[in-house]
Amino acid sequence: MFDLLPPALILLVGALLVGPLRGHWRSAAVLITPLITLWAVWQVPDGVSLTLPFLGYQIEPLEGSALRRLFATIFSLMAFVGGLYAFRHAKWYELAAGYAYAAGAIGVCFAGDLITLFLFWELMALFSTVIVWCGGTPGARAAGIRYAIMHLLGGVILKVGIEGVYVHTGSLDIQPMLATSFDTWMILIGILINAAAPPLSAWLADAYPESSPTGSVFLSAFTTKTAVLALILLFPGEPVLIWVGIYMIMYGIIYALLENDARRILAYSIVNQVGFMVCAIGIGTELALNGAAAHAFAHIVYKALLFMSAGVVVYRTGKSKCTDLGGLFRTMPLTTVCGIIGALSISSFPLTSGFTTKTMISQAAADGGLVTVYFLLAAASAGVFLHAGIKFPWFVFFQKDSGLRPKDAPWNMGIAMVIFAAICLILGIFPELLYQYLPYPVDYIPYKAGKVIFYLQLLLFSGLAFFLLLPLMKRTITISLDVDWLWRVLAFRIGKALYTRLSAAGSKLEAVVQQNLVNLTTFTRRHLGVGIGEESRGLFARTWQIGTTTLWIAVLLTIYMLVYYL
Amino acid sequence: MSQRPEDDAWLVRPTTIKLLWRILWAVLALTVAAHFVIPVKGYFSIESWYGFGAAFGFFCCLLMVLVAKILGFLLKRDENYYRGDQDDV
Repeated sequence: MFDLLPPALILLVGALLVGPLRGHWRSAAVLITPLITLWAVWQVPDGVSLTLPFLGYQIEPLEGSALRRLFATIFSLMAFVGGLYAFRHAKWYELAAGYAYAAGAIGVCFAGDLITLFLFWELMALFSTVIVWCGGTPGARAAGIRYAIMHLLGGVILKVGIEGVYVHTGSLDIQPMLATSFDTWMILIGILINAAAPPLSAWLADAYPESSPTGSVFLSAFTTKTAVLALILLFPGEPVLIWVGIYMIMYGIIYALLENDARRILAYSIVNQVGFMVCAIGIGTELALNGAAAHAFAHIVYKALLFMSAGVVVYRTGKSKCTDLGGLFRTMPLTTVCGIIGALSISSFPLTSGFTTKTMISQAAADGGLVTVYFLLAAASAGVFLHAGIKFPWFVFFQKDSGLRPKDAPWNMGIAMVIFAAICLILGIFPELLYQYLPYPVDYIPYKAGKVIFYLQLLLFSGLAFFLLLPLMKRTITISLDVDWLWRVLAFRIGKALYTRLSAAGSKLEAVVQQNLVNLTTFTRRHLGVGIGEESRGLFARTWQIGTTTLWIAVLLTIYMLVYYL
Repeated sequence: MSQRPEDDAWLVRPTTIKLLWRILWAVLALTVAAHFVIPVKGYFSIESWYGFGAAFGFFCCLLMVLVAKILGFLLKRDENYYRGDQDDV
């Protein structure tokens, strides 16, 4: 039975152990549990291997396939290298939250039904919020609340979709579907919110850069890539995803070009890279899905590497704005080199993992005859080199001399970066290592002389454009507005204006009521008031003579009779 | 920094930067020249035009930088923008 222990559970136990353990025991737990998890991931056979009753449903928390194992592998590896990067510097609760978050991602990988998927999905939302809060600043606190609201909203939408699908089809299986009904649209939207798709992309660049240097490494890996996996499993070939993906690609480039904060540049380029995967899932052919899976694998590695190098800079200098940084290559050679390797990989430079994976997506677009998509992807490759490939290392490690002379990375952060930098290069040079684990058989040859020349021209001339256009890209100390402006500012202002109007109207109403009360009091006092002398009493409070009273009673009775007979 | 340029790191001396620019131009020329020897057989015929990748890359970047610049006028705000108008949430 041990060989069927769900891998997510192992990592969750690791997360629980981080708290009570101390010193070397804690380090051991942090470093060993992801490796046991990785081993367990590879013991999961194809098909459903565990069924449990849960609230009257039969759930399948453990279903294996090549694709699921591939994602779980990179998530476990990410937990290990992230743990290695963080274990000497992060707070224990950040480490524990990071592992619980990774466990959620691995749980989603092996979820055989929509309920399991949803439970692990929410586990991720919960603990990723904790990681954002671990940033420890007022900004992190506020961003964490906005992040949590967005993900809980996404979770509710996803749940509405899942319930709808169950009610209408009676099946909770995870199987390919198309967004044709309300239920499937809700599931698609719920997943796309986690993929940072438009119009709700802003949460990613809002929250990730507010986290701690170690926290952002964990955050960069899991949420968006589990969304990619869920899309591959549930919506392969959904045409709307092609254009959602293209939008994300272009959004990422433009916003990253405008951005001043180094980690926020990287956050925007996550949206950009996930856009490539989403677009590939929309194309939906075997090659495209292979490309999406391979690109997700490579992306987690180089994006984490980039966040690690940025994290070292933040850790050593406390600064992350391009306007404050520069010239760090002098004292941080290892971080610089690792950052450059990550930057080249994200730009899909030949001999890096980005080239061997992203070009699969381009090929899939070409095979499908999608000319516009193909050329937009090529243009985007140039744009990625521009906004992340050169911009990030240039502004952080070179440009002007900021006068900062920080020490290079601590040893554990250094090793973590070297491991991921090595994977970037190994997958670029020996792509078959990754290709053999892709969900569909691969007969794709990345290195053809003509294609390499094309990409070299494309990228190097983008580099030329960068340096020639540098005056246009002078960093300004600004942020860029996003769709979240609608509720962070517009809705806030409308609410504030409404409040002012309502309270003005309220005080007017109050004044009127008060005036009427005064009038009423005067009126009643005049007619019913009890004074000391007979004359100062109100009209109805005086003593009346019996004759007058009788007369009035007779009048009243007459009126009553008349009314009765009428 | 009042030090002389020769004292700074090798990489940022004016002479080195001049050299790096020359290398960049040489590599650029080389990749375009390689087009004579190696036929670029793209998926679409336009890709095999001479130096297409180079021109495409350069002009796409130019376009993106300009679009970003224009959008920047619309979207860029002071970095304390959100802090000014509301409480910390």
